[in-house]
Amino acid sequence: MLAVVMVGGCKKKIVDPFPASGAVAGWEKSGKTQTFDAANLYEYIDGGAEQYISAGVVGVATSDYKFQGSLEATVDVYTMKTADGAKTIFDADPATSDSKSVQLGDAARLYGQSVVFRKGVYLARITAFDAVPGGSDALLALAHGVEGKL
Amino acid sequence: MQNRREFVKEMVAGAAVLGAGKKFALGQGKAAEKSKVVIVRDAKLRTPGPAPDEKRVAAMLDHAMQTYFNAQNPVQPWKQVVRPGQVVGLKLNSLGRMLSPSVALVATICERLQQAGIKAGDIIVWDRGSRELEAAGFKLSNAPGAVRFIGSDTEGYEDAAVSYGSVTTRLSKIFTRCDVAINMPVLKSHNIVGVTMAMKNMYGVINNPSTMHGSACNPYIADLNMVPQIRQRVRFVVGDMMTAVYEGGPSYRPEFAWNENGLIVGEDRVAIDTISAQIVERKRAEKGLQTLAQKGTPLTYLATAADAQHRLGTNDPARIALIEQRIA
Repeated sequence: MLAVVMVGGCKKKIVDPFPASGAVAGWEKSGKTQTFDAANLYEYIDGGAEQYISAGVVGVATSDYKFQGSLEATVDVYTMKTADGAKTIFDADPATSDSKSVQLGDAARLYGQSVVFRKGVYLARITAFDAVPGGSDALLALAHGVEGKL
Repeated sequence: MQNRREFVKEMVAGAAVLGAGKKFALGQGKAAEKSKVVIVRDAKLRTPGPAPDEKRVAAMLDHAMQTYFNAQNPVQPWKQVVRPGQVVGLKLNSLGRMLSPSVALVATICERLQQAGIKAGDIIVWDRGSRELEAAGFKLSNAPGAVRFIGSDTEGYEDAAVSYGSVTTRLSKIFTRCDVAINMPVLKSHNIVGVTMAMKNMYGVINNPSTMHGSACNPYIADLNMVPQIRQRVRFVVGDMMTAVYEGGPSYRPEFAWNENGLIVGEDRVAIDTISAQIVERKRAEKGLQTLAQKGTPLTYLATAADAQHRLGTNDPARIALIEQRIA
């Protein structure tokens, strides 16, 4: 499924950022892809939308995943107008004591239950809803799968 | 509740008086100029598992409500909030997955309301979107005679606009159907307003929240809460602080989340938000982060809500009677 966003009034297809079930070991795409553009982004992330709009968001595509049938995660891929916009969002988060930089895309940060990376105009965030042993490794593997499709 | 250890910072004599229809009503007695806010925390909330234990959630709610109302049993407080025959809405804040009012908390309130004489069919658990409600763990239902779980996206908004100050908006038809609203926010940082809790949750009552995020939502938040229907019908706040975020909100960001394992209750929405902001600030300091003001989100709406024009409550900590208790 292709995520479609509006740019300058014209429909522009972006690459499908979501690995199919099984494409990344252990991960199953468990939800439908949903897309929101700048005009209705607040329906997805409420007040969080303003930060993305200010940085020039075009839209976001999101889908749920499951790892080995249990660990649930959401993958959000924001398309920004420029790579600077993706960097602005990426840099807005403070580092935490349990975060570490990882080699992925243009820059990436791995946490215990999430991973965020940017690549060109894309800003991707993968959030797990439980902390499980090996969870961050699984998230990183999924992130590589997403990054490979951008 | 067995084995509880109480830390009472300041007790207020006299029963609270609900301020329906008034700009702001306070309790009677010597400390009447102070707004009571009760916080109850349970360090063992998540035993044996990582999720809050349902029975402990219920116990925490009952403890908070009985403390607030100086009540001897769990039902008595609700009789001071609602009357039989009224339609009661529980306005959730379920925008963020993992950051929604707990299902057990909502279930307990629904049970207490029915014990207080409200018919099941007169209770509506609701929020802006059905999708968010489902994601938060609530099963949508609009069957007559049973507690309803519905979203404004399916029920729609009133045709007629309402206004106050900077705000012109249309109210959810669910909200206008309710005689009484229980405001059930979740403690979250917010990258525009600093912290979102009771007053900001009213953005989920209207059709055009996206138009009210400029200028750090100020004076929109205060003005929206002054819309007569909102000011009058929102009688009580039960804030979920079991899981909260101190950065990156209002979305769920596990890297910035922590388990406060508590509830905050009260009538004064400004006082609730003021105390909530202090809790987030404390956690940010603990994590070595900037204050919300240094970050550029200084919660200016609190002062506006408390000013002479609005008088929705107090943002002055010296005028808040904060009662913090722990269940151990």
